[in-house]
Amino acid sequence: MDFLVAHGSSILFFLFALAAVIGALGVVTLRNPMFGAVSLLVTFLCVAVLFLLRHAEFVAIVQIFVYGGGIMVLFLFVIMLVDQHQLMESDKYGGHWWLAVLAALLLAAVFITAFLPVSFADPPVAPPAFSNVEGVARGNSEAIAWSLYRQYLLPFEIVSVFLLVAMIGAVVLGRKQ
Amino acid sequence: MSTLLDVGTLHYLVLSALLFLIGTIGIVVRRNMITVLMSIELVLNSVNINLIAFSFSHGDLTGQIFAIFTIAVAAGEAAVGLGILIALFRLRQTTELDQARELSG
Repeated sequence: MDFLVAHGSSILFFLFALAAVIGALGVVTLRNPMFGAVSLLVTFLCVAVLFLLRHAEFVAIVQIFVYGGGIMVLFLFVIMLVDQHQLMESDKYGGHWWLAVLAALLLAAVFITAFLPVSFADPPVAPPAFSNVEGVARGNSEAIAWSLYRQYLLPFEIVSVFLLVAMIGAVVLGRKQ
Repeated sequence: MSTLLDVGTLHYLVLSALLFLIGTIGIVVRRNMITVLMSIELVLNSVNINLIAFSFSHGDLTGQIFAIFTIAVAAGEAAVGLGILIALFRLRQTTELDQARELSG
């Protein structure tokens, strides 16, 4: 019991990280895209929990809303829209799949050599910048809103225009000729 | 024992790298366009994990703001990608990427 209390967040991390990796493997290996989409949903929700463990509460709930809600519904809708029998791939993987795995292993070697010599100093508690608004402790959402609508107002507006363009593009592409 | 069990930024980086590699393999290897789009979402999500981990490590809110922008761009990318998929399905009655080779001559 003491072990659980002392290492609770670590145990949660390993549990949900494992589930996220299994979900990602399911996306790549499952033949039916419907199962792949559900597997992807598992990964999204587990990643949201990992965000919570890093004290990014607002990003975690945005992850659940946008990924788990919006994008997942979009994927499921399209999978149901196209004919299920057409979706079954005649040959799941392309011809040179081992080449891709080899390239990925090389990339993994690059990652390992980059990570090994570096050490990170992690703060033991949540940083005050995550919840402070002008020195007053309020909350993560308030802190992000304060930063987003003042310091990052221009990128925020650009993103709104980008989403409008993406929406118009999706409508035009999906229209019947 | 303690260094392995005490979860820090390195653990998040390793998880993010794993998801990135799995997503990259999915993008390159799979032939179904829906699965390729889902793999792209995996890669974008792994980048978000890195942003959140470094945001915590530096005690700076900017990483979280950037993660929100990344999520917005991922949403737009999914909408346009699935629109292209619908257009391809109307044209070819298939979602396999090997069937769409008009531009390669």
